[in-house]
Amino acid sequence: MVAQGTAPAGEEVTSTPASTVGSRFSGSRWRAGAGLGLVLVVLLIFPHVLATPFWWNVGILAMIFATAGLAWNVLGGYAGQISFGNALFFGAGAYSTVVLVRAGWSPWLTFPVGAAIAAVLGVLIGIPCFRLRTHYFAIATIAVAEIADVVVNSNSSLGASSGLNIPIKPYGLATLQFSVLNPTPYYYAALILFGLAALWVWVLVRGRTGAYLRAVRDSEPAASASGVHAWRMKLLAVAVSAIITAVAGGLYAMYGLFVDPSLVLDLSVSIDIVLVAVLGGAATLFGPLIGGWLLIALQQYTRQEFSSSTSGLDLLIFGVLIVLIVLVEPGGLSVLLGRGWTWGDAKVQRFRQARQAASGAKEAP
Amino acid sequence: MDLVQVIVSGILIGSIYSLVSVGLTLIFGVLNIINFAHGSYLMIGMYVAYYAWSVAGLDPLIGIVVGAVVLAAAGWLTYWLVIRRLIGKSPLAQIISTFGILVALQGLAQVAFGPNDRAVANPVAGRLNLNIGQIVVTGPQLAGFLGAVLFTCLVALLINRTEVGTAIRATGEDRGAAALMGINVRRVDALTWAIGLSCVGIAGALLVNSYPVDPNAGVTFGVIAFFAVALGGFGSIVGASIAGIILGVAQNVAALYAPQYALVALVGIYLVIVLIRPQGLLGTR
Repeated sequence: MVAQGTAPAGEEVTSTPASTVGSRFSGSRWRAGAGLGLVLVVLLIFPHVLATPFWWNVGILAMIFATAGLAWNVLGGYAGQISFGNALFFGAGAYSTVVLVRAGWSPWLTFPVGAAIAAVLGVLIGIPCFRLRTHYFAIATIAVAEIADVVVNSNSSLGASSGLNIPIKPYGLATLQFSVLNPTPYYYAALILFGLAALWVWVLVRGRTGAYLRAVRDSEPAASASGVHAWRMKLLAVAVSAIITAVAGGLYAMYGLFVDPSLVLDLSVSIDIVLVAVLGGAATLFGPLIGGWLLIALQQYTRQEFSSSTSGLDLLIFGVLIVLIVLVEPGGLSVLLGRGWTWGDAKVQRFRQARQAASGAKEAP
Repeated sequence: MDLVQVIVSGILIGSIYSLVSVGLTLIFGVLNIINFAHGSYLMIGMYVAYYAWSVAGLDPLIGIVVGAVVLAAAGWLTYWLVIRRLIGKSPLAQIISTFGILVALQGLAQVAFGPNDRAVANPVAGRLNLNIGQIVVTGPQLAGFLGAVLFTCLVALLINRTEVGTAIRATGEDRGAAALMGINVRRVDALTWAIGLSCVGIAGALLVNSYPVDPNAGVTFGVIAFFAVALGGFGSIVGASIAGIILGVAQNVAALYAPQYALVALVGIYLVIVLIRPQGLLGTR
């Protein structure tokens, strides 16, 4: 929410006249820092404040999907290549982890392997598919992810449609398995993962690379004409997106100790990832955090409340929200909240000024 | 013999893919917006025909009219509520908004109709069974084929041979110039959505003769329609009709040899053709 202020602050520096940069920059930076700290504290103490299995589950899934949404943002939000197939990377990470842990690997070592496999897949798919623009690309991503879904569904060494489970080992950090009665370590693992991913993406997009990515999104011919390697940028975006999504998928598999195609490779998983990113805010760092919490909390709540995994109420709400957000503020909830914040801030400022002016007028005679 | 049978069945179902795709490509051709919710509207069309049968006792063959009218109204409404505000916005906004409609309709169907599938019992078309040599054509297949071909041709005639069609084509080619010529482009847009979605209303009624309907019924058809539209060339009605038939045949032939890979065959054809010829078979852009 407030933390999102970091991104506009960076942009303000370039657009505001030099004379006003100093004061405004330091003010907004201080507030952004305070906001970030507040969000961090809330996230850190959350599982101890709302200490119920329901909220633990929401928190873990929300952080995992926020991470996947953040990864989608690199490809879809910053580079403008709208993918409805990110479940492929999520599934690649989840399956790598499950298969390797079953083979006796430590889960920690499986994450880089899953990430590498996903990155290679992403680049291999990107090489032909990045020739396609907007709708053609979006449809091609659905196509490729569907192929993966079908292939895994009919591959018996990957468990086909009935899936694979991870054998239960002694609890601990080394095995990355924790008691169902207190799964908070999973939550902190997901939180750390999101933090690292956000840091990486922030480093990537705040500098020249970010400007290149946005240039490719806004107009590829113009970007190429200005010397941006559009091709290379898109491959970079898909690789980063695949790596982060795959690690999120791996952690998801460790949390569930089980994986099957409908959980990690289905079109609905890709849809959830897009929802998280776009609801929260395309091309923002902390939007997916809002999107993830909102999506998962509402999903789990409607599922519990209506005692059916297919009540559909959550989908109805999200669909309408998505349409409204695109129409009212394409920047997503984070921009909307940010706007509300500035609006409230301006009101307070004006009130203070008015009071000062009033007291000044009183003292003058 | 099996091969001939699956090719015939492929052409029969392919004709319905064509009708669905024509609606999609028409909307794209005029507004440059791809309707990601197209499959969901098809699912709504199937429910409309189902309830016309279960509530009012209308056979799906008469339900065609109900489906066409209700979905045309839905298209008109969708345009005025949402799409109108998206013209000239970024591709991200356009893609995501119709995607939002998809998610909302999917949820709406689950809330309103429940997750179980529903089927029309003993439709009129189901009483017919043709045996030509060793090839079997069922009544619903035949009705679907004849209906789809009839309405695809009607839409093509409407677009190519009437004054309204000329206005629609003109708006698709150049909105500004069309507006200067006195064409009310917004009304044309709304009309295009109404026609495009009445196609899926008709297709939905034709499908409930043989397919049960559930909230996910339209997903596969929607995805196939994207492929057909991209394959035929975005905006090309003839291209989409041909592509629909090709995909129907390809799907059925693949299903004969490797049932679980039927969808992969379609996806493969799409990827190969689009990568060789990114503008599609008959597309110009």
